[in-house]
Amino acid sequence: MSDTLLAPDVATYALRLGDDALVLAQRLGEWVANAPQLEEDVALANIALDLLGQARSLLTYAGASEGQGRTEDDLAFLRDERAFVNVTMVEIANGDFGVTMARQLCFSTYQLGLYDVLRASSDETLAGVAGKAVKEVAYHRDHATQWVLRLGDGTDESHNRMQAGLERVWPHVDELFEADDLERRLSATGVGVDTSTLRAPWDAYVDGVLARAGLTRPDASWLAAGGRRGLHTEAFGHLLAEMQHLHRSHPGASW
Amino acid sequence: MTPTPEQDFDALVESDQRVEPRDWMPEGYRKTLVRQIAQHAHSEIIGMQPEGNWIGRAPSLRRKAILLAKVQDEAGHGLYLYSAAETLGVDRSELLDLLHAGKQRYSSIFNYPTLTWADMGAIGWLVDGAAIVNQVPICRCSYGPYARAMVRICKEESFHQRQGFEILHTLSHGTPAQHEMAQDAVNRWWWPSLMMFGPPDDQSPNSAQSMAWRIKRFSNDELRQKFVDMTVPQSQVLGLTPPDPDLHLDEETGHWRFGEIDWSEFFAVLKGDGPCNQDRIEHRRRAHDEGAWVRDAASAYAEKHRARSEGVA
Repeated sequence: MSDTLLAPDVATYALRLGDDALVLAQRLGEWVANAPQLEEDVALANIALDLLGQARSLLTYAGASEGQGRTEDDLAFLRDERAFVNVTMVEIANGDFGVTMARQLCFSTYQLGLYDVLRASSDETLAGVAGKAVKEVAYHRDHATQWVLRLGDGTDESHNRMQAGLERVWPHVDELFEADDLERRLSATGVGVDTSTLRAPWDAYVDGVLARAGLTRPDASWLAAGGRRGLHTEAFGHLLAEMQHLHRSHPGASW
Repeated sequence: MTPTPEQDFDALVESDQRVEPRDWMPEGYRKTLVRQIAQHAHSEIIGMQPEGNWIGRAPSLRRKAILLAKVQDEAGHGLYLYSAAETLGVDRSELLDLLHAGKQRYSSIFNYPTLTWADMGAIGWLVDGAAIVNQVPICRCSYGPYARAMVRICKEESFHQRQGFEILHTLSHGTPAQHEMAQDAVNRWWWPSLMMFGPPDDQSPNSAQSMAWRIKRFSNDELRQKFVDMTVPQSQVLGLTPPDPDLHLDEETGHWRFGEIDWSEFFAVLKGDGPCNQDRIEHRRRAHDEGAWVRDAASAYAEKHRARSEGVA
């Protein structure tokens, strides 16, 4: 059966998408009780919750496809940095609200494109997760878009900060569209998405928002790469240390 | 003879109907409500801090999701309550300024630190449990917008209380280290939770007027007893012991009698000398100040677009 042959690929693929969602949820959770206004505490918590829900389905499926009995929690709390396969964009520190909204615009535009194609996956579980998530992420993108417009076309200070936020995030954009062999195999069999095909619509949408906001598309001076191969930023180890320490302090305990 | 506005108001309250924002109301009634609703709203948003403290470290993804949802609910409660206060002619930014300047209070319970994961359980079980006992009667408060906000809030609080109970139940029946963590949290949160109902009736100066206005329905001591009676049997199910050697069942009345509360601690924390008073307010001020440029940008953007659309029209 092709399903059996594909299983390790599917496990890795679900893990990639699940790690993206988990790590960004962890970052957004840091905003709770720190947002510029109460409505944003609600909105950012809501987005974090959506992403966490996606992560839980995807990690559970990754564990099942892998067939070694690992649960969502085993995968989230008991892997080290080099075993995480999220893109580096999601691990960037929150910075100010401008950095967070730049990251949110770039990532949710990518994720929406991805899930939109994945809805038609021949893998029912992935199609199901994507079908539910696509509605959530459409809201995430809209929320980020509205803020990028407001900050870009608000005050001089907000314009400068929003531009600086884009500069901070931009080196991590290309990595989103870096397809590798695994992705190409899965896309050829109708299971996964060849992310390189998402680049043009991504550019069109984001460029449109930047133009309306009076912001300049940055020119990245260096390019991040390697998140899918477990190569992360220094900040990521600290994120995992916080996220994992309690779970790891009580081996085998139930919560 | 046509009744005076005051007689109308008194009759309305007397007949257990709701006072609405456009109705005439005594200035003292309005002030009392603003103070109480603002304090309640502030408690919701300050209360996000001790729990927000554990979102990043929640020990399972399920617990992380529940905690995130809970803290999000609290932000939502803050929003309803500030809106309820706004119907009385004050605005949120004014109330936040008063909070940040230390001129309005929030519940003293949030001036205690959350030191372990079990504190998430103890806050849900005890603090939210006490809040429910306090708040259920407010669903019948004479002021309509406050009463209606409270109906919604109480539904969510009862979910919060159950999730806290469940956290503690899991810990208490888990490993010895988990059980110890749970008992330690109950030891630290028990007495402050009893203090949440406010000073004893003979030392509670505003209570009588609030009762007459039907903002308040039961006295502090009545509510405290109700909470203890509800909570002690739950502690037995949890397998955790409230830290009160004098706690015993009064067979005649069926009430659980508890030991003496250290009111000097309550008044010290109220005055600002609790373990986290300074941190909580500094945190609020910092988040507010750091967010000022974002709020300014939103206003500037709205203003520009209003001007542009008027220019077009």
